[in-house]
Amino acid sequence: MDASLFIQYFISGLTYGSIYAAVAIGFNIIYNATGIINFAQGEFAMLGGMIASVLAPSMPLVLAIAIAVMATAAVGVAVERLVLRRIARFGVLKMIIATVGLSIVLREAALLLWGESVRTVPFFTGNEVSSVTMLGAHFSPQVFWIVLSIGLVTAGLTLFFKLTMTGKAMRACSANREGASLCGISPGAMVAVAFGMSAAIGALGGCVVAPLTQTHYALGSSLAIKGFTVAAFGGLGNSLAAVAAGMLLGMLESFSIVVVPEAYKDVVTIAVLLAVLVAKPTGLFGSRAAGALKAY
Amino acid sequence: MPTVRIARLFLAVALAAFLVPAAFAAPASGEPIKIGAIFAVTGGAANLGAPEERTARMVVEEMNKSGGIMGRPVQLIVKDSGGSSDKAISFAKQLIDEDEVAAIIGPTTSGETLAIKDICQKSGVVLVSCASAETITTPVAKYIFKVPPKDNYVTEWIYKTMNDMGIKKIGVLAANTGFGNGGKAQLEKYASQYGIAIAISEVYDANATDLTALLTKVNAAGVQAVVNWSIEPAQAIVAKNMRQLKMSQKLFQSHGFANIKYVEAAGEAAEGVIFPCSRLVVADFLPDSHPQKKLLQKYNADYKAMFKEDASTFGGHAIDALTILKAAIESAKSAEPDKIAAAIERISNLSGTAGVFSFSAQDHNGLGMDSVVMVTVKNGKFVPYTGK
Repeated sequence: MDASLFIQYFISGLTYGSIYAAVAIGFNIIYNATGIINFAQGEFAMLGGMIASVLAPSMPLVLAIAIAVMATAAVGVAVERLVLRRIARFGVLKMIIATVGLSIVLREAALLLWGESVRTVPFFTGNEVSSVTMLGAHFSPQVFWIVLSIGLVTAGLTLFFKLTMTGKAMRACSANREGASLCGISPGAMVAVAFGMSAAIGALGGCVVAPLTQTHYALGSSLAIKGFTVAAFGGLGNSLAAVAAGMLLGMLESFSIVVVPEAYKDVVTIAVLLAVLVAKPTGLFGSRAAGALKAY
Repeated sequence: MPTVRIARLFLAVALAAFLVPAAFAAPASGEPIKIGAIFAVTGGAANLGAPEERTARMVVEEMNKSGGIMGRPVQLIVKDSGGSSDKAISFAKQLIDEDEVAAIIGPTTSGETLAIKDICQKSGVVLVSCASAETITTPVAKYIFKVPPKDNYVTEWIYKTMNDMGIKKIGVLAANTGFGNGGKAQLEKYASQYGIAIAISEVYDANATDLTALLTKVNAAGVQAVVNWSIEPAQAIVAKNMRQLKMSQKLFQSHGFANIKYVEAAGEAAEGVIFPCSRLVVADFLPDSHPQKKLLQKYNADYKAMFKEDASTFGGHAIDALTILKAAIESAKSAEPDKIAAAIERISNLSGTAGVFSFSAQDHNGLGMDSVVMVTVKNGKFVPYTGK
């Protein structure tokens, strides 16, 4: 393989990795706050892309994306307030199953609202045939936007959890719910913030990748599976690990194509995931404390 | 005033007295002819199944307004398979055993059709499939028909065009679905006959969101053209990714590309894509004397007026299936499956959306090579491909 070919595969891997990481981060934020795996996470990305694609023709793209992100965040908060909170007393496992149900509801709602057609969001720079050449490799300028967005989200989240009061309060709730509540933090409010953030990040991811990947009502479930795989691969509860694991998985998928047919790329990635989980059940960068099921 | 009212009442009673015995005289005439329809209205093949379902409802409504079939109303019983073969099987059983339909149209996809083929054949119920795999009607089964042209026509048209263009070495990409794998097998089967070498042949996940890595591999194989066999969203992704990778090879797509929505989804990347399909998308370019022109233009206009979107060849399959059943039932003067099946075999020169149908005991598809034309995209619109 010559250098330009290597870079070409590398960039494909980076694109895949960023898409998976965007969904995996959402999984982790909700997991940290509540201990549940939210299988409607993929639907948040779908909603973001769909809303932006519907609004984009009639307003500036930035505004369409901003509305899409906020609307999806509102859906995230609503899902927590109206459904999950009410069934919290039945336990974490029941809530996880409820999120599977919610994902179906959101998917069907999208089908009713927007129909079955595949939609697309305009490219942020250039259009579908624009191509940037770097070190002999060619790729869409949208790849820059995808990687940039994931970078900004990761940096933003790190700062948010380290520096802001809300971020610290969320970490406190995640570490010790009762202790945090004794210190005057409302765990319920933190859970709502987590759902809102997670939905917003999912939606932003959905908007940023939609020009490349397009979007349709049924996109969520396959994204959720990949996102969950990445979250488990990196270690549940750790968003930085999710980004690293996403990139690793993306690269694996991209470079595995060199030697095995594309149809088998999932076999390769799942095999690696299983091997990692057998050797280290908490994931690559996970710890037992973060990985233990939490109470809602 | 009262006298007028009484006179009207009188007239109404007299009319009713006149009509009621007539209605009772032939009780069968009011009994609907039941036709089952299995379409993938939702799920991965919804882009095909949903227009089929809408078209079928539109056509049946229109048929019933103009006297139904043999004066009997048509009752269309639609089932949404979601593209799943398992669901198609249980719906087929339900339609046959519980609803006792005279015939079934659909399913949308080849996988579903092949899954219910035996059930229909064994139960003796006519199936007019809207899916294209060659194995649906080869070997011929008494009750099984299909309306989309055979896969090998579209394949051979692609290869003919490549011969004209001097293309000898190609890469084949196919989605990992019944449609994709079927197309790939056809392409591999006919390649040598047309002197074409397939340098690389790959199957990818139908839900793939980016195929740059795979296309990088294809590009490295040094091919002159790429053939992609899939439906949405992958077919637009392939087109975009090729342009983003600065690949200059010609892109051929399957007949699955024949929906202007896909062109919109692929945007500028769709320019110059060449694909084989039936004449629906280029109806306006046909000479006025062409037997399909009027019917195609009418469908395009009716569908757009009713559903505010462009008609697609898939929806056209539903028209063809229903038109063929209507013609067969009327010529057989019976809705008995045996007689319908025999009557379909006698149909000749029936203009449909997919072509001009002439069935026989050996041919349960009824379409020839000439039902397919090569089409390309120019300025965001479908135009006949003329080789420039």
